[in-house]
Amino acid sequence: MINDHEKRKEIDETSGVETTGHEWDGLKELNNPAPRWWLIVWLVTIVWAVGYWIVYPAWPTLTGHTKGIMGWTQYDKLKREEAQITQRQSVWLTKFRASDFDQIKADPGLYEFARAGGEVVFKENCAACHGSGGEGRKGYPNLNDDDWLFGGTVEDIYHTIKVGSRSSHPDTHQTLMPAFGRGGMLTAEQVDDVATYLVNMRAGTGNDAFTRGQAVFEQNCVSCHGAGGAGNRQMGAPRLNDSIWLYGGDKASIVQTITNGRAGVMPTWEGRLSDDSRRQVAIYVHSLGEGE
Amino acid sequence: MLEKHAKLERNSIWLLIFTVIAVSIGGIIEIVPLFRMETTVEPVKGVRPYTPLELMGQQIYIREGCNTCHSQQIRPLRDEQQRYGHYSLAAESMYDHPFVWGSKRTGPDLARVGGKYSDEWHVAHLKNPRAVVPESIMPSYAFLADRPYGDWRIKRRLQTLAGLGVPYTKEMISEAANDYEAQANPDPIIDPTGLLERYGEKVAVRDFDGNPDEITEMDALIAYLQKLGTDVDFTTYNPDYVIKKQAKPAEKSK
Repeated sequence: MINDHEKRKEIDETSGVETTGHEWDGLKELNNPAPRWWLIVWLVTIVWAVGYWIVYPAWPTLTGHTKGIMGWTQYDKLKREEAQITQRQSVWLTKFRASDFDQIKADPGLYEFARAGGEVVFKENCAACHGSGGEGRKGYPNLNDDDWLFGGTVEDIYHTIKVGSRSSHPDTHQTLMPAFGRGGMLTAEQVDDVATYLVNMRAGTGNDAFTRGQAVFEQNCVSCHGAGGAGNRQMGAPRLNDSIWLYGGDKASIVQTITNGRAGVMPTWEGRLSDDSRRQVAIYVHSLGEGE
Repeated sequence: MLEKHAKLERNSIWLLIFTVIAVSIGGIIEIVPLFRMETTVEPVKGVRPYTPLELMGQQIYIREGCNTCHSQQIRPLRDEQQRYGHYSLAAESMYDHPFVWGSKRTGPDLARVGGKYSDEWHVAHLKNPRAVVPESIMPSYAFLADRPYGDWRIKRRLQTLAGLGVPYTKEMISEAANDYEAQANPDPIIDPTGLLERYGEKVAVRDFDGNPDEITEMDALIAYLQKLGTDVDFTTYNPDYVIKKQAKPAEKSK
């Protein structure tokens, strides 16, 4: 039974090469050896693997894994690479960390460094809500205009980025627009009247609904939105006597807002972004609408 | 040697037996060390099991195949850390059965998406991704908002996971249905005190989908997304400390 094909070794006539003895419908397999170069490469890979096991972490063991004589870890590699990039940025970064916002603005090179860094951070973290150009959308403020809920100086913007709005940060902007309709503080008619007043506010005069709405507004809304709807940044209450509307300025949208309230959330970026990144993005956002 | 191999090749039973032995060697070397989980998963403070609502969110995540386009694994590479945050730790997915690390990023990595966007953003994005991310090719999942709480067998799921080693207590299991509803902060409100006692004060109790009248799959999925990657406090986390701590028991065993 052993090696029965070796007993009757067969040489292929055409090529002069020994066959394996396997045959399929008259086709026979030649027993050519693997090419020499292939064999050498194969042997080299085996030697390489042994070297790799010695130098790098490789084999799992019962208490962990072999560490390799170089003590290489991907975490050290990461640390080295981060140190390298910090080193490269340090031309500007050291100065950036030591300067306040006014000093940064006064130094064109430093300002450009901060703005460029801020733009990258903005695109990855802020653009999903505020739009890639900071144009905003319904519920997410436009950052290109000069209308600011919580203040538009770099310091104000930096603070808002740090604490967020109605976020999990302990110092976050907590105030919110109550659900006057849903909460039963105003009747549906009163809500409608206030909406009428707000839509026609800038025109100044109006019908009975306007007058009634104005009275309701002065009783319920001015404590946050200010007399005449001038807004209040302490409360984050938007200015209502301009044409910028966070949740829509048509009457139906305003009725919605008063009925159900609004409490838009901006996350806190403390913890997620480094202080350097937060300062950079504050400078970038400030530059979008020429800030305050 | 070669002759003996030829003998092996001609006897299918011996070939089978030796093939199994050869393959097992590789398998055993790879798998056996993993049975000692303490060597592969370093303990990290803050990691907790999913609440019932988050767990159902994960089930929806798996059902909809989110993991086919979104990974949940930030690799220890500089550019990934820059974009997504601290690299993922093994401990952060130790209670995932199955894990949903994924292997492909058609969309971004989600390992640390928790807290990055507001609930409203997630609702708008899941309903129509193009409404907030114009270049997105993600399909719409608007139907999640219309699908209310169904027969999820929450208790049985927690029991099963407890059997797999997730530290769900008896109380967590018996109160599962109640905790599920309490976390979504429905109208009328359900007291979440027990939920917070069992799972910790950091658990977010909110109406995630903006519809307080009903607990929907949207609530569950957003609760899950908002939890991802938020367990570990990286201002106090120190990997060197973990490695040292891990080395101690090994020395003792010597």
